[in-house]
Amino acid sequence: MIHIDIGKFFEIIINWLNTNIEPFFNLITTVINAVLNAFYQVLIWPHPFIMIVLLAALAWYVAGRGVAIFALIGQFLIYSMGLWDKNMETLALVITSVAIALLIGIPLGIWSSKNDHVERIVRPTLDFMQTMPAFVYLIPAVLFFSLGKVPGVISTLIFSMPPAVRFTNLGIRQVPKDMREAALAFGSNPKQMLYKVELPVALPTIMAGVNQTIMLALSMVVIAALIGAGGLGEPVLKGITQLKIDLGFNGGIAIVILAIYLDRITQALGTNTQPSR
Amino acid sequence: MEAIKVRNLYKIFGTKTKQALKQVQQGMGKEEILKKTGCTVGVNDVSFEVMRGEIFVLMGLSGSGKSTVLRCLNRLIMPTSGSIELDGTDIVKMNQEELLKMRRSKMSMVFQHFGLFPHRTTVQNVEYGLEISGVEKGERNEKALKAIEQVGLKGYENQRPNELSGGMQQRVGLARALANDSEILLMDEAFSALDPLIRSNLQDELLELQSELKKTIVFITHDLDEALKLGDRIGILKDGKVVQIGTPEEILTHPADDYVRAFVQNVDRTKIITAGTLMRKPPTVQLPKDGPKVANRKMEKIGVSTIYVLDEQRKLVGVARIDDTVKLEENKSKDLRSVVINDVETTTRETPIKYLLGKALETRYPIAVLDEKERLIGIVDRASIMAELSSDLENEQEEGQSVGEKVEAEEAGSE
Repeated sequence: MIHIDIGKFFEIIINWLNTNIEPFFNLITTVINAVLNAFYQVLIWPHPFIMIVLLAALAWYVAGRGVAIFALIGQFLIYSMGLWDKNMETLALVITSVAIALLIGIPLGIWSSKNDHVERIVRPTLDFMQTMPAFVYLIPAVLFFSLGKVPGVISTLIFSMPPAVRFTNLGIRQVPKDMREAALAFGSNPKQMLYKVELPVALPTIMAGVNQTIMLALSMVVIAALIGAGGLGEPVLKGITQLKIDLGFNGGIAIVILAIYLDRITQALGTNTQPSR
Repeated sequence: MEAIKVRNLYKIFGTKTKQALKQVQQGMGKEEILKKTGCTVGVNDVSFEVMRGEIFVLMGLSGSGKSTVLRCLNRLIMPTSGSIELDGTDIVKMNQEELLKMRRSKMSMVFQHFGLFPHRTTVQNVEYGLEISGVEKGERNEKALKAIEQVGLKGYENQRPNELSGGMQQRVGLARALANDSEILLMDEAFSALDPLIRSNLQDELLELQSELKKTIVFITHDLDEALKLGDRIGILKDGKVVQIGTPEEILTHPADDYVRAFVQNVDRTKIITAGTLMRKPPTVQLPKDGPKVANRKMEKIGVSTIYVLDEQRKLVGVARIDDTVKLEENKSKDLRSVVINDVETTTRETPIKYLLGKALETRYPIAVLDEKERLIGIVDRASIMAELSSDLENEQEEGQSVGEKVEAEEAGSE
């Protein structure tokens, strides 16, 4: 009987990378740790009540009164369940992963919108990244970066990056031909074309991608608790492994509240950038 | 003087353009080339000039290559072969830098679907061209506001395109082209996406603006009525080739081939054909040297019953009827003046015959055509106007007419 073990193949690659490019991984670990810690310290520094009011104010400014009230009540609930630190940990993880994912994803999206060859490579890669079960990312992440928050961030940013690339690519490719022609006819150079026409016109689509990226990141951050990333996934994990039903539910509810909060805010950001009100 | 000189322009779409170009130049047909090389011939040996300050209309149905020709002029499309001369330089040979400079300073474009930027307000859209050329903020704002006023959009400076109607959006498009203050305007089916009433209004306003600004305009349309209304000269394209170039009247009265003839037969000719075309030479007598005797002899000779009486400067005095002049001669009177009838309708050479119909039905004598110094240059009689009109009516009955077209025709006619 023929036996093909593709998993073995990946094992070999990952082992090779692990032994040969270790300094590079160490550098990444240091950088991500620094960024993550900075975000976390900023978020945890004010008193929780002040932070809750700030989060609600942001919601009011961006998404209106309804979301603000929800934020106020929801975040207070998380605080009173004793999960405030975990909540801020998760938020810091999401912000860090999303920031890096966008920093890589949006330029990659622009590049693949400009170049059909690039798109032909990027597209199947993204398909691969998205269809791969989320848990699988944890394995190489752990091997390269051992346990903790950094592999959590790495697996999260890989898992959540595809929509940012896809939507940026799509948004720019969908810029109507007559707008492009108008920009050219008045003498725009490629840089002016990108910054003054293509990106602004594509912005609503790109923001939809950002929203997707944030939501995917949140879901992955919770799973990353399995490899010790901490945050709100931790009580859920304890709930499963130690059969602590109350703890599991507390964590679950907190995650839902944070998810709704982030979704509403980024969606509102997306519609605000659309010219039609 | 020519502003743009286009010589032997070819555009072939596809991969084997060199091979296809050779075949086209050898006279091979479009279909055959498509079969052999997979290339489409878009523009086939087009040459024309656009004069400074004129509206040159390129007309053709979809697929005739008119938009491609226009886009070659500012090189949104790179021609396969040929030259486009602007101020002595060949646009086809320009490098990227020269091209940007040319687009920024010499040619502006107006688009069928407006091509406005949805994230910018009216004034930001209008100043786009100036902004990317690096004009400083205060100056470009001033120029933009001036252009907005020119197109009648004052008060809408801070609206976004989606808050404006189609007609207003195209005014923004026009203002954006005007703000650059470039000498040449390229207009690609600029009014085709608008409904008939708005389209007609914008056509009128364009003509009004043009009478002030004297830009060189290349206007693309598939609508012959629009071409005839706007064009100082019209070029008709078919299958990427120029079929005929001429003034509206030349095209109507002397269509180059059956294609153009088929095109123009449905046109309301009475709006285009002028008194100058239909007029013929009238019998005249000149005061004071000619008397009733001369008048009678002239009328008898060509068999008419009225004669036009002119003064020494050949200005029209009136008409004399044969009954009166014969009586005058019998009475041995020498002065025609006593029988001259002053009640004669007059018109100018440029008046379309559509507007002469009323006069022609009321008056008893043929309408006198005068030049700018009120000298008689010809007459138009009822019969010839009716003949033109009836040939037009026949066409209308054959084709039938939609309500929209009627409204448009009446609207245009009432101005």
